[in-house]
Amino acid sequence: MLSVEDLSVEFRTRAGVVKALEAVNFSVQPGETVGIVGESGSGKSVTAFTLMGVLDRAGQVTAGRALFQSNRVAVDLLKESESSLRQLRGQELSMIFQNPRTALNPIRQVGKQITDVLRCHSDLPPADLRLKALEMLASVRIPDPVKRYEAYPYELSGGLCQRIMIALALACSPELLIADEPTTGLDVTTQTTVMNLLKDLAAQRQMATVLITHDLALASEYCDRIVVMHAGHVVESAPTHSLFSQPRHPYTAKLIAATPEPHKSFAELMPIGGNLPDLKAMDLAPCRFSTRCDRFDSALCGQTPLKRAALAPDHQVACWQPL
Amino acid sequence: MTTTLKHTRYVIGENLITFAAFALFLALALMAILGPAIAPYSPLTTNSAIALQSPSLAHWFGTDQLGRDVLSRVMVATRLDLGIAVLAVALSFVVGSFLGTCAGYFGGWTDRIISRCIDTLMAFPLFVLAMGLVAALGNSIENIIYATAMINLPLYTRVIRSEVLVRRSAGFVEAARLTGNGDWRIMAYHLFPNVLPVMMVHVSLNMGWAILNAAGLSFIGLGVQPPTAEWGIMVAEGATYIVSGEWWLALFPGAVLMLAVFCFNLLGDGLRDLIDPRMRT
Amino acid sequence: MTQLQPHFANALPHLPPPLLRVENLCKVFPVGKAAQLHAVDQVSFQIQPGESLGLVGESGCGKSTLIRLITRLLDVTSGEIYFDDALLSTTAARQFPRSQHRASLQLVFQDPTDSLNPRFSAYDTIADPIRRLSPQQDKQQLQARVAELADWVGLPQDLLSRFPHQLSGGQKARVGIARAIALNPKLLVLDEPTSALDVSVQAVILHLLADLKQRLGMSYLFVSHDLNVIRLLCDRVLVMYLGKIVESGPVDQIFSHPQHPYTEALISAIPSFESKPHPIALTGEPRSPINPAPQVCRLYGRCPRGEDRCQQVMPELQAIAPNHQVACHFPVSAAADSRD
Repeated sequence: MLSVEDLSVEFRTRAGVVKALEAVNFSVQPGETVGIVGESGSGKSVTAFTLMGVLDRAGQVTAGRALFQSNRVAVDLLKESESSLRQLRGQELSMIFQNPRTALNPIRQVGKQITDVLRCHSDLPPADLRLKALEMLASVRIPDPVKRYEAYPYELSGGLCQRIMIALALACSPELLIADEPTTGLDVTTQTTVMNLLKDLAAQRQMATVLITHDLALASEYCDRIVVMHAGHVVESAPTHSLFSQPRHPYTAKLIAATPEPHKSFAELMPIGGNLPDLKAMDLAPCRFSTRCDRFDSALCGQTPLKRAALAPDHQVACWQPL
Repeated sequence: MTTTLKHTRYVIGENLITFAAFALFLALALMAILGPAIAPYSPLTTNSAIALQSPSLAHWFGTDQLGRDVLSRVMVATRLDLGIAVLAVALSFVVGSFLGTCAGYFGGWTDRIISRCIDTLMAFPLFVLAMGLVAALGNSIENIIYATAMINLPLYTRVIRSEVLVRRSAGFVEAARLTGNGDWRIMAYHLFPNVLPVMMVHVSLNMGWAILNAAGLSFIGLGVQPPTAEWGIMVAEGATYIVSGEWWLALFPGAVLMLAVFCFNLLGDGLRDLIDPRMRT
Repeated sequence: MTQLQPHFANALPHLPPPLLRVENLCKVFPVGKAAQLHAVDQVSFQIQPGESLGLVGESGCGKSTLIRLITRLLDVTSGEIYFDDALLSTTAARQFPRSQHRASLQLVFQDPTDSLNPRFSAYDTIADPIRRLSPQQDKQQLQARVAELADWVGLPQDLLSRFPHQLSGGQKARVGIARAIALNPKLLVLDEPTSALDVSVQAVILHLLADLKQRLGMSYLFVSHDLNVIRLLCDRVLVMYLGKIVESGPVDQIFSHPQHPYTEALISAIPSFESKPHPIALTGEPRSPINPAPQVCRLYGRCPRGEDRCQQVMPELQAIAPNHQVACHFPVSAAADSRD
């Protein structure tokens, strides 16, 4: 349904060219939930912004394709014009953001914001817009939708705002939803309700979801497949179960070991040493994890291009000596 | 020290406009310091034999109705005009910073009293207020400075108040309290330095206004009195001669005045980049 | 339902005098004319010397207010704070920077960026508490001390001259910790010290905090919304909900046998790699902390066990086992017993 191939993105800055993404590959099947997991600076948000066509002006796609196919359209998202992308956004693919309160217009009633989206993207008669918006509010399990329709974002809690964002994003029944850290900043119990809601809605609507998060444990609970990113590279992508039972990339293994978990003792919590490489450097190593890897072997790992191999049909690893 | 120098060079080199503004500022500053020494003629000696001569090699900017060299008068006036502006801005900056920081930091009654006083001040048309102050206090250079400082006070107080207000509850202010800093020390060493970069833009823009204000007061006959060389008076005196074709009397002092204001307006952003450590890499 | 057993309350083992004792602490913020926000409501607890106490709760539950009361950044509305047998709550927050206890009671902030003065180099930030609160003023001693602190928190010496914007998130967190331990505090309050950090850095900082505690013999009050982190570092934990402590007890016991329905939901909501029973959803919206009804349990309306009694009588904290207290009419184990 969505197939990202060899996507590379660069940012031109005062201090040099930042190679933010290099040869990113992944795909999303209809109805599937794919998690993109990585630490800050791994390029997971850049990936989402690139797909949505809302990349910062300093950013440039230097290579790659992002083929998007739904029942209605089949396009390369990176080649579409701004006007046709605007048409696609909302109707075919939609995005929800990390901080719902800043993504909502603070001086407009939330119900009106939903009708605004409906007016742009659907051919409902104006009289039905309000009804449909109320229906959307109810579908994201907002208690007392009629009252909340008239609320302003500041009057609502973070969890409610995020549910409004979900209602906005789903108003036009997109085929693909990109959720960029949808629960960061929310409480754990609220996180549970929001994630369960997303999961149920996706299942109901047969909608594919890309969940971008820094929380490996969260991704493990809600995703069918996980793409692990590090410093602009996809280091490993595999079905959730095999990724956790048998991580093949050293970074994935270390990330799992560094995440606090109910049954992990303090001694088992292993930090990841080293720092992210400088993505502006001219002599960036082909393997961007090499500076943090204990298995690094300069003869083998220094080779260009980085070896990307499928260890199983659905298990890709970018490493010369996988675990 | 070397990093500061390197950074200065970077800021100036990166942006042509900033470079031009700094160059112009340097020229003005030099003129203010050396003006009387390097002026080709005395600014006050009259010579009716050469009155109202148009610009020539001997008198680049021409001569005025009393035969004084316009170029020399413009050069000598720089010190006075810039001096008034610098002192007025410095005065309102110091007083405004104090009032604004107190109002923003303490809030409550302190804030209410200071803000209402400032609002009252702002209810007057500012230039008229300045005219009234000079007229009431008497025509002297000190009083022009006081009047100019007074009408700029609301700007500084309000801007600093709002900048302090947003930082008052920042983590580093709480941290400063935890490490044993009292209120005054927090205001002086923790809050104020963080507000400074923003203020530099205002100070610079304000310099331009202050120059215009001082010149304006002199132009309408308040403030500095003839025969002192001052841009505002020169424009005022020259204005009467424009109709009869002696344009250079008003044009040259007016142009220098404009350049000075322009220079300070451009300087602001460059100064902020210089003073803000976050701009250094 | 079995009767709660009050005799446990007297069965507490004999303990040395507590380092920090908080009694019936309240903080009320006025909202508008008549309304009052009860941020912290009748909170009592103790911290023993050398103990690590965890404080868990969601945003808006009053944990930030509580630690600002304890670290004396805020004035209390009522109640007492005793630290080292001295009554601190009567000293105004504004006067406290001059108190002799200021140095012993320090805080590590949540956001390492926001809590560092952008105009202070790392050196100046770490040296600030020593300059202000320590009699030792010799420049060389100061430099040696800052170097030692940087070494303890694993901050390379050559980064000391840098400004916050030139440091990474983990380095900034280290500067913040170095500043807080500069005066050998007896109690270090940690306000979500790792929530702004990446997992890889979080693990490093957690290990650093554990090492520092051993080296300096401090007590920790560790505040977090992340139970996984609390579990790793703390001996005992307090669970807070809308201004009240709803459960307190040894960390293992709370994890394995949560008694309060809120604690239970919180624990079940922790994401984990292993498959586990479906998390308990707390449906409905939280009650408002503004002018709360004094007789209604704060969780009522969201609680899966709520009954009429919960909106008639406010449940009080009661001991149900040595050291383990819960404020609920229908605690989990009691309900389980009644089903048997």
